[in-house]
Amino acid sequence: MLIRLFSYMGKYKKYAVFAMLCITVESIFELLVPLIMADVVDVGVASGDTAYIYAKGAQMVVCAVLALILGMGSARFAALAGQGLGAELRRAEYERLQHYSFSNIDHFRSSSLVTRLTSDVTNIQNAVSMGMRPFCRGPVMLVAATAVAFSINHTLAVVFFVALPLLAAALFVITMKVRPLYSRMQGAVDTVNRIVQENLTAIRVVKAFVREDYEIAKFEEGNKNLRTQSETAFRLASLNMPAMQFVMYGTILGILLFGGELIQTGNMQVGELTGFLSYVLQILNSLMMISNVFLMLTRSVASGVRIMEVIDEKIDITDGQAKDIEVEQGDISFEHVWFKYKKEAKEYVLSDVNLQIRAGQTVGIIGQTGAAKSTLVQLIPRLYEVEKGVVKVDGVPVQEYPMERLRDAIAMVLQKNTLFSGSLLSNLKWGREDASMEEVEEVCRIACVDEFLDRLPEGYETEMGQGGVNVSGGQKQRICIARALLKKPKVLILDDSTSAVDTATERRIRERMQEYLPFMTKIVIAQRISSVRNADQIVILDDGKINDIGTHEELLARNEIYQQIYESQKEGVEL
Amino acid sequence: MAQYKYTGYKKPKNTKKTLFHLLRYLGHHKWMFLLVGILVFISAGANLLGTYFLKPVINRFILPGDMSGLAEAVAGMGLMYLCGALATLGYNQLMIKSAQTVVQEIRRDLFVHVQKLPLKYFDAHTHGELMSRFTNDVDTVQEAMNNSFAMIIQNFLMLAGTVIMMTVLSVRLSLIVIVFLAVMFVFIRFNGSRSRKYFQRQQAELGRIGGFVEEMMAGQKVEKVFNHEKKDFENFCVLNESFRKESTSALTYTGMQVPTIVSLSYLNYAVSACVGGLFALAGLLDIGGLASYLVYVRQSALPLNQFTQQVNLLMTALAGAERIFELMETEAEPDEGVVTLCHVKEENGEITETAERTEQFAWKVPEGESAETKLVPLRGDVRFERVVFGYVPEKKVLNGISLYAKPGQKIAFVGSTGAGKTTIINLVNRFYEIQAGAITYDGIDIRRIRKDDLRHSLAMVIQETHLFTGTIADNIRYGKLDATDEEVREAARIANADSFIRRLPDGYDTMLHSDGSNLSQGQRQLLAIARAAVARPPVLILDEATSSVDTRTERLIEKGMDAIMEGRTVFVIAHRLSTVRNSKAIMVLEHGEIIERGDHEDLLAQKGRYYQLYTGQFELE
Repeated sequence: MLIRLFSYMGKYKKYAVFAMLCITVESIFELLVPLIMADVVDVGVASGDTAYIYAKGAQMVVCAVLALILGMGSARFAALAGQGLGAELRRAEYERLQHYSFSNIDHFRSSSLVTRLTSDVTNIQNAVSMGMRPFCRGPVMLVAATAVAFSINHTLAVVFFVALPLLAAALFVITMKVRPLYSRMQGAVDTVNRIVQENLTAIRVVKAFVREDYEIAKFEEGNKNLRTQSETAFRLASLNMPAMQFVMYGTILGILLFGGELIQTGNMQVGELTGFLSYVLQILNSLMMISNVFLMLTRSVASGVRIMEVIDEKIDITDGQAKDIEVEQGDISFEHVWFKYKKEAKEYVLSDVNLQIRAGQTVGIIGQTGAAKSTLVQLIPRLYEVEKGVVKVDGVPVQEYPMERLRDAIAMVLQKNTLFSGSLLSNLKWGREDASMEEVEEVCRIACVDEFLDRLPEGYETEMGQGGVNVSGGQKQRICIARALLKKPKVLILDDSTSAVDTATERRIRERMQEYLPFMTKIVIAQRISSVRNADQIVILDDGKINDIGTHEELLARNEIYQQIYESQKEGVEL
Repeated sequence: MAQYKYTGYKKPKNTKKTLFHLLRYLGHHKWMFLLVGILVFISAGANLLGTYFLKPVINRFILPGDMSGLAEAVAGMGLMYLCGALATLGYNQLMIKSAQTVVQEIRRDLFVHVQKLPLKYFDAHTHGELMSRFTNDVDTVQEAMNNSFAMIIQNFLMLAGTVIMMTVLSVRLSLIVIVFLAVMFVFIRFNGSRSRKYFQRQQAELGRIGGFVEEMMAGQKVEKVFNHEKKDFENFCVLNESFRKESTSALTYTGMQVPTIVSLSYLNYAVSACVGGLFALAGLLDIGGLASYLVYVRQSALPLNQFTQQVNLLMTALAGAERIFELMETEAEPDEGVVTLCHVKEENGEITETAERTEQFAWKVPEGESAETKLVPLRGDVRFERVVFGYVPEKKVLNGISLYAKPGQKIAFVGSTGAGKTTIINLVNRFYEIQAGAITYDGIDIRRIRKDDLRHSLAMVIQETHLFTGTIADNIRYGKLDATDEEVREAARIANADSFIRRLPDGYDTMLHSDGSNLSQGQRQLLAIARAAVARPPVLILDEATSSVDTRTERLIEKGMDAIMEGRTVFVIAHRLSTVRNSKAIMVLEHGEIIERGDHEDLLAQKGRYYQLYTGQFELE
């Protein structure tokens, strides 16, 4: 898991190597200092050799300065490596994300995807930048200090054989036990956050139904659980420190006792004893460091798993069967199409849909809420994949078109319109950057954008603000239609996208499209009968099945649902 | 909404006040904290004294070869060390226990307070901002409580103790150490402020990335439909790279601190060893003294390093705590109402209060000074008298509006976006406070009615349908917590939601997640209507409740709702005229004023704005 994560480091790998090198050499220099020190005390002071003390002192200073330089270098390299890894991970995630189909996105939910791209990656990159030092230093110190300690006095070093395994075992047990506790704690955190988040978004509902106490009780339950979980985890993790102290103190005492004896028998110098003591502390400290790194890693492993889930998600809509072809005409046919959003769902959302649309036709789709009107049209540009049956464009299954060309040929104005921050012009050109001004003006005329253009403060340069708040709903819908038309699509799908446009303007848009773009296939989903009554064929969807297909007159004569819809809107239509 | 992990340090504005506030929380556990303090003292003391004893042990026992004395001394030290280690164990456990309790209390108080905030506050602050109080800020406080408090005391004691011990051993030698410590301190301060600067920039960049990704997630269908992926990827890479640069700088400076301090301490060690050696030669210091002195020198850097790090953490935590307490001090919704709602039953023309759920309500109005109350039957007579209101005081949305709703009627508001339709509704249930004029409800000023009771009397279906994590049945039951399964089903049938619910994988037990992912907007609206229907409120408000529902289904819902709301007041807001056509009174609003009023026929006959709307000559926005 970690190895996979680090394989994303790519060109930043060399910095990681540099950092490790710096840290290793630095540690060695640092180790030399107390070694030299022992000589100062045992040789220099004992023999009263001032020059020797100066020489050794200079050596120590050189070692310390070199360690300083290497330490600074290692900080730089570790930062480069860690942050580089973060950048690469984010890039990989984002790239993957763009290929996601909607069922992939539904699988994660978009809020969680944002966290996986930001906080989770930040966790990893900081863990790498900060953890690299203890991670390399720990083992180096451990090995080197043990070696030196043995070289000073191998009899005394026997103390290690007791202390080291003891501490290692204690730290190992703590780390292993804490791991599942951390992930349980993370789960509790998620629950609490979810409750708060929901409460904030739905605060109007909470207040309107006077459910504050209910929400507080719900929160308190999660809150208590979180407290219990984190208390357990933290309490266990904090055992690290006293465990370390027990062993460390024990070792000091042991060394004093045995060391005293060895000095007595003339097998050891006093300076060696103090040097030895400081190495022992070094070794135990490095073990502590290693265990801290493991604790830190445990927490970032959770983030790593979440990132990998994004990257590993199996993308269900791919260009696998694509051939080198383009959409020429804009004929569309649905042949025995069945669809459901989730494989495990029992009921189909669309069942056995058969529909033929010839290029240049206008088709209206009408039906009640939840009849799967939007679902039906979203199968054409392959936003979702059919479960059974086939959707064909120009007689070729949609899977055989390269996705980019298919979607270029099919423009869709969605129910939920989105304008992006930027000027009106940049929003219009969003689908096609290289469109000329004449082309922009033409589509604005067709979509009746020109009618309110001069009322905008700066015409085409008017800032649309975040999500386009400066224009009204009807104006926004017209801009979105113009944006789609600028792509010069073969097929245009309007998904309930003139609902806020008044009927008179809507009629004008319809007429202009008919006049200027006669060869474009137009599919219109609408609530209002007036929006579709002139269509070549009107499809009535009911519970995901085609109930009837016909012209306005035919349906009015024979179809009960159509008659009811007509009835519910009658007066408005006739006037 | 994304939560960006807060890593930079920011200093609190009013440290004393925040600390005081935080101490109030700690006050609940003051004995615990006192105990922790004592234990920390013992732990630090044992550590210090242990090193101090090295000198006498070496000088008095090891050098002269007094083995039995050595054994005794070691046993003594062992006892002391044992106390020290046990104290560490004790204070760690106690500290975590009390820290978690305090954090839990803070989290609860915060949530409880957020429930009481006026909507005005939610309008002015993003959810991300409020969320970050619960996540990042509480986290930093927790982190600091878990470690920093004890660590700061411990490290301060260690640092002070070390310096004192060194001075005791040799005043002149300790000058070297003090100079080095001063240099380290200056470096830490300087480096800290540098890394702080970059951390703040890093945070800003991270926010930009989060914002970009969020916008792209929101517009994903559009992105796909327009083949815009490549362009967006390029933009993303630019943001990603500049984030990498800032965070690399931030982490470089942060990462430098430890190795620099360690190296400086080695330098210090080297110098002290040489000078100490010379001192020993000159007879100013004995060897045992030198040995234990050098151990202190090595010990001195660590507490300084930790101390400054922990102080930084504590400052971050205090800044977090300050934001939390600021939120807690934000004024809650005013609620000085005294009039309450009760169930009543009617017997021979007289109404009396009852504990039964009679579905008949009355207001209990206190009379004068006495404890006497008068019962006023709830009829749903809502009146506005010259009401002035603006979401921001300078920008009036309603300018002296007067209107009345006859009880038991269906009253509709029609008008463009921004005309003030939703505002009127928001004022009726007192989501916002009016600036001038009065709103009365059955003749009682709504400010006199207890807020909870006022809202209990009104059920609302609002434009944005929010559903909660839980089953479909749970979500409907939100309107009436003790509703039976049959009541839930009945409400769903009225809202025309029953048929689609039954087709879901687990029917009424289908789990919904917070954003109700696989339900269409229309289906979610049906659930919201069912939620209001199960409440059986005396007054119902439908604010664009069926905007995404087709007209035919809308008709069916209307029929069902009319049946349960028979004789009760219903407010309807819609921009689709088919929704409001059957209302007894339709008010056409424009720029915060009522320009037309009447029923469908009246208004058509007037040939005014309503007529224009109806005939499609005018666009509603």
